[in-house]
Amino acid sequence: MSEKVNMEDSSKSTNSRRDFLKKGSALGIIAASGAAVLAGNQGTKTSGEKIKVLTTDGKMIEVDKPVDNCEIQPCTPAKGEAARQGIPGRSFVMVIDLAKCKNARKCVEGCQKGHDLLPDQEFMKVHLMKDNPEAEPYWFPKNCFHCDNPPCVKVCPVGATFKRTDNIVLVDADACIGCKFCVSACPYSARIFNWTDKESYSDNDPNYSPETSVPGQHGTVSKCDFCPDRAREGKLPDCATSCPMGAIYFGDKNEDAVTNGEETLRFKQLIKDRIGYRYLEELGTEPNVYYLPPIDRMFPYERGFSSLSEEQQEVMKNSIKSK
Amino acid sequence: MDSNATTNKLLDENKSFLDKPGTGWMLKVVALVVIFCVGLYALFLQVTKGHLITGMRDHVVWGVYIVNFVFILGLSYAGALIAGIFHLGRVRWAKPIQRILKLITVFSLIIGPFYILLCLGRPERLFYLFLHPRIQSPIIWDVIAIVTDLIFCTVYMYFTYIKDFALLRDNSARLNMPNWRAKLYKFLAVGYQNTPKQAKLLNQALDILAAIIIPTTIIAYSLLAWLFGMNLKVGWNSSIFAPFFVLSAVYSGVALLILIMWIYRKTQKLEKVFTDNHFVYLGFALMVLSLFYGYFYFSEYITDWYNMQKTYGLLWGKYLDFSQYGIPFVTSIFLITFLPAIIIGIPWFRTVKSIVFTSVAVLVGLWLARYLMIVPVLETPYLPIQDVRSDWVHYSATWIEWSLSLAGIALFVLFFVLMSKLAPIIPVAEMEEDLEYEEEVKLDVSLKPKGA
Repeated sequence: MSEKVNMEDSSKSTNSRRDFLKKGSALGIIAASGAAVLAGNQGTKTSGEKIKVLTTDGKMIEVDKPVDNCEIQPCTPAKGEAARQGIPGRSFVMVIDLAKCKNARKCVEGCQKGHDLLPDQEFMKVHLMKDNPEAEPYWFPKNCFHCDNPPCVKVCPVGATFKRTDNIVLVDADACIGCKFCVSACPYSARIFNWTDKESYSDNDPNYSPETSVPGQHGTVSKCDFCPDRAREGKLPDCATSCPMGAIYFGDKNEDAVTNGEETLRFKQLIKDRIGYRYLEELGTEPNVYYLPPIDRMFPYERGFSSLSEEQQEVMKNSIKSK
Repeated sequence: MDSNATTNKLLDENKSFLDKPGTGWMLKVVALVVIFCVGLYALFLQVTKGHLITGMRDHVVWGVYIVNFVFILGLSYAGALIAGIFHLGRVRWAKPIQRILKLITVFSLIIGPFYILLCLGRPERLFYLFLHPRIQSPIIWDVIAIVTDLIFCTVYMYFTYIKDFALLRDNSARLNMPNWRAKLYKFLAVGYQNTPKQAKLLNQALDILAAIIIPTTIIAYSLLAWLFGMNLKVGWNSSIFAPFFVLSAVYSGVALLILIMWIYRKTQKLEKVFTDNHFVYLGFALMVLSLFYGYFYFSEYITDWYNMQKTYGLLWGKYLDFSQYGIPFVTSIFLITFLPAIIIGIPWFRTVKSIVFTSVAVLVGLWLARYLMIVPVLETPYLPIQDVRSDWVHYSATWIEWSLSLAGIALFVLFFVLMSKLAPIIPVAEMEEDLEYEEEVKLDVSLKPKGA
């Protein structure tokens, strides 16, 4: 139902995105395609090809194009014990630009498609937030924050959910007993329980990897996995590639770069300049998802209602009324 | 064993457990088994169809099951704690109630943990808890605590039965017991002959066990409190939780003790054993505990309410909103903190029946209080729940949860019904030393004067 509206929006948005890019270049765009950032610069092997990149001080230089990542790290999702280790040298991070979100819900749908989720199972949720009675409401996409101090991992009695060296918090459905303690422990309501059995679900499936979360299992907990399987292939997470506004940036803290697929930005500079914040910082969970405040928004928030049913709109409006 | 005349007399007065089961008894058992089987059917449905047929959803992930878990384990820890304190304090008037306390402890320790299993999405993977336990998790703390407690409490209960089994073995011929009973008692009495050496060893063992059980139960219930307290949740993340849990456990234990005492007094005509004074004593305990509870409740809520942090404000709003949790909230506060002081505190209202009524009210109130401590908190996360599915926003238990709750109660009663056929509900041999206890329990305090 929102297709038409989106088309309109994105044509309009091109201009504003261009403005944004102009602003952005001053922030220090370093270069290249998103894939180059994600492919990772391991420094050891090169493909022999050269690519042009822009340095921070505005010079165009040629550098070796990184080789296909699969030679350094397997491109196939890790399974079993290997899935608990993390991709070496990576420190994944996400930045969500709230100024760009118009609740198109494409991130939600893209994620659902990528993870074989039912329409009511959302790893990525889009909330309507209103910070205080005077402030304008804004749309707030929220996935798992992959905290450095994850309350969910602390409480798991069997080690079915774990923190990896590449920042990612995953759930191993084969190990999960379904006690749901992690669901209640997460202050961000990021986790969901697989309440019903589905045909595509399967226990102890040889193809299952905690990195893909597919196939799911009935009676276990699942959540956003930051798509490390796609990162291994040099791809952005489903939500980031699905976003028509380019609001979701994904990248690597070690490389200090995040990208939405169209533009690549220095992570530290971006957070510094745009006063990036983490939701409920005071809880001490140290999330790895950063938000850019919803200032100078590209769209009035009401535009986001067009992608919702009347019932959903009612719920959202009531929810912010009490603020 | 040297069975003297007084012991035999006491045994003869309480030998109804030897009676052939009548139709009434059989009907009782059948009814309980039927209730239990309905619960089993509900469990079967839950396992085959999935948790969606319960009221549990992504925010309220536990619901009535965890309320029962906390409530029933509370009864158990209370039983152990009170029994241990009465034993070590050599409280002579409390001797007749010792056995009931131990039975409450062990039965609820067996039944309680099943409710946490009902919360598991994959109960068949339960053994992972033992295969790859993570000591950082409060669930593992609970597993360790419950297992430890179950072992100590079962041993303790058995040890307090040994003297009675020996007494029954020695009287098996005199009381015309069937052969299987004689054999069973001989086996269970493990050769206890009440020689001075044996008696000394047994008494020492009971003292040591009582001394172990008191701290064990306090630790165990504190660990259970931290299952909630360790969460970063508004309404749970409170340092008062552990002592509050221990207090409410003792409170619920005393209330249940009064109720069970009264049921036995009525059904087995034990007026001479469970005297009016027992009810008055325990009624006073109930009243004092209610005041403590009120104090804890008040300090817990006033500190949060005074500052009214945003998410807490939402939670508090739900407690005070009569279209949401207002009615149960006010009811539970009245039942737990005011009713005992009114009914037991004012002599004019104080009768055995009113004390029993108060106990039942307290049990209901405490169950409600646990529900209010768990469900509304789970419904109030930091991020607003913006869901169109109303069952995803507000928890409401389905018949599956209710029938499994009833099944637990039925099993608890069934355990009591069966166990009262094994041996007297009062520790007969223990009481032989104190047959004059009736003189001792005479007090200045009394019930409402007859005809007043």
